[in-house]
Amino acid sequence: MAELTGKYLVGVFDDDDVILHAIPKLRKAGVKIHEVYSPFPIHGLDDALGHPRTRIGIAAFLFGLTGATCALTMMTWMLGYDWPMNIGGKDYISLPNFIPITFELTVLFTAFGMVTTFFVTNGLSPNPAPVLFDPRSTDNKFVMAIEMGKNKMSEEDITKALKDLGAGEVNIKQF
Amino acid sequence: MHVTSPVRPPLVTGGKTYADVTEDVCRHVEGKPTKEWKIAFIVSLVVLIYGTACLFWTWWEGLGVWGLNKTVGWAWDITNFVWWVGIGHAGTLISAILLLFRQKWRTSINRAAEAMTIFAVICAASFILMHMGRPWLAYWALPLPNTFGSLWVNFNSPLVWDVFAISTYFSVSLVFWYIGLIPDLATIRDRATSKVSRFIYGTFAMGWNGSAKTWSRYEYISLILAGLSTPLVLSVHTIVSMDFATSVIPGWHTTIFPPYFVAGAIFSGFAMVQNLMLITRVVYRLEDYITIEHIESMNKIITLTGSIVGIAYLTEFFIAWYSGVEYESYAFINRATGPYWWAYWAMMTCNVISPQLFWSRSLRRSVTWTFFISVIVNIGMWFERFVIIVTSLHRDYLPSSWAMFSPTFYDIGDYIFSFGLFGTLFLLFSKYLPVVNMAEVKAIIRSSSERLPKNISGVAKGARVANPSFNKDAE
Repeated sequence: MAELTGKYLVGVFDDDDVILHAIPKLRKAGVKIHEVYSPFPIHGLDDALGHPRTRIGIAAFLFGLTGATCALTMMTWMLGYDWPMNIGGKDYISLPNFIPITFELTVLFTAFGMVTTFFVTNGLSPNPAPVLFDPRSTDNKFVMAIEMGKNKMSEEDITKALKDLGAGEVNIKQF
Repeated sequence: MHVTSPVRPPLVTGGKTYADVTEDVCRHVEGKPTKEWKIAFIVSLVVLIYGTACLFWTWWEGLGVWGLNKTVGWAWDITNFVWWVGIGHAGTLISAILLLFRQKWRTSINRAAEAMTIFAVICAASFILMHMGRPWLAYWALPLPNTFGSLWVNFNSPLVWDVFAISTYFSVSLVFWYIGLIPDLATIRDRATSKVSRFIYGTFAMGWNGSAKTWSRYEYISLILAGLSTPLVLSVHTIVSMDFATSVIPGWHTTIFPPYFVAGAIFSGFAMVQNLMLITRVVYRLEDYITIEHIESMNKIITLTGSIVGIAYLTEFFIAWYSGVEYESYAFINRATGPYWWAYWAMMTCNVISPQLFWSRSLRRSVTWTFFISVIVNIGMWFERFVIIVTSLHRDYLPSSWAMFSPTFYDIGDYIFSFGLFGTLFLLFSKYLPVVNMAEVKAIIRSSSERLPKNISGVAKGARVANPSFNKDAE
């Protein structure tokens, strides 16, 4: 996670529907939203915030491809070239028999590669005390952070807009 | 506006708010262990210690302490292995396949079911290690360059496929479960009042902050993990069945094994989930989250998979006759009428007849009946594996080799070990981790709650509103 600096306005909402509907209105009014934090995924939030679609699927596919290639190369080399063995008269390189392990390693590489990518791109690491705008955002509140340094509107105007759109409270957070 | 379709029964009752969900689930993690939990834990631990002693002797003395003989070379060890792996399959079905099918009722049971999967696979793996006799050489199953000549493992063998399948299944299930746990661990971290629990839960919560970007990637990878786990779980029991099906033993050498084993696995796994969840929901007062609807849905799956298993038994029998293979026919007639007839008919009664009782709506909505039939199903599925393994082996081609198997003290003790291990792990999980996936349940409240409270967010109760030291730290 990038270091947070400067002054933030933190709008705390009670209802996921309310915050979802507030976002387009705020953005239309010219407010730049830093990020929204919620206790559970809210569908449509990405589009409302204008976040680009995640590309983690591409990474997952590439990891899967790596897994399949590694598995096939390993088995072909070991049983086909390094120490060919006659097993029940089967071909040294008998592809149908290599399918199960190829599949398993594809899944293994994809899962672990994708999850590692997930941790890296989200900046997740063992950190017992991350910086949060409001700790209630992992319980029952929906929190919108607005970075004052990146907004031209005055603090009072944004506070008023947030309150009008349903924020229960608006706090100031200085880093 | 809140509209609930009349055809869809509510999944969360009692008009729960988001704060209620947090409170109802976290209460058990944060509170002191209850007396019941302590008693159950001590019992499990005693069973585990007893089992470990038996296991120690098995390894010290060798596999001769088991009742195996030169004809029946696999018995309780592999029976227990297949039984435990099968049980594990239900957790993946609930967390992955039901996610792909968008079944919202999975959300309140997936956490515990996945935990059950992981613990069941650990128990299964322990039998693999046991039956190796020399478990310290277990790494010989891996394709490692070795000093005994550059001989590699045989990738044509289903036993080697099994090594890859089980270890991939275990590690991917663990990752899937952990990813799902992270948001809930963050909830516990932010409510923690003691420094120690804040540090421990906080470390495992990986600095989760619930930002929109994180959630979107989280949902995306959950979907892909579900998409990967679905064929994975099917492949695991398929490969387990191939351990038998690719051999030329009459009674094992059948092409029906993979689907038949997978259905049986889900069947027994759901029965085990029922047993665990019926106890957990009462002890933890989670009746509003794990409702009769959830129990009924699982019972429907039990009936479906039980019927598939029943058809598979009949098909096997039919094909044994229709194929005209003398040895195959004999294997099946011997199963039903030979010296192990009681095991065969126990299997038939428990697995084929008992799940059919769930056609009655009142029985499948009855907690007592569900618990009872689930126990019966698990007994039946254990017998299924015993019947397949032992009755197919005990009458060899040569009548002079015919033998019977009877379990010894250590066969039984090593089986008891797995119960102690499973019980201990599950009890630790149910005390120290949230048994219900809070984030996912909160996400379905709006669409699936019985009635929505005026303020859906709710008011966090008591001293645990939020970490009191939090704002001081940040300011």
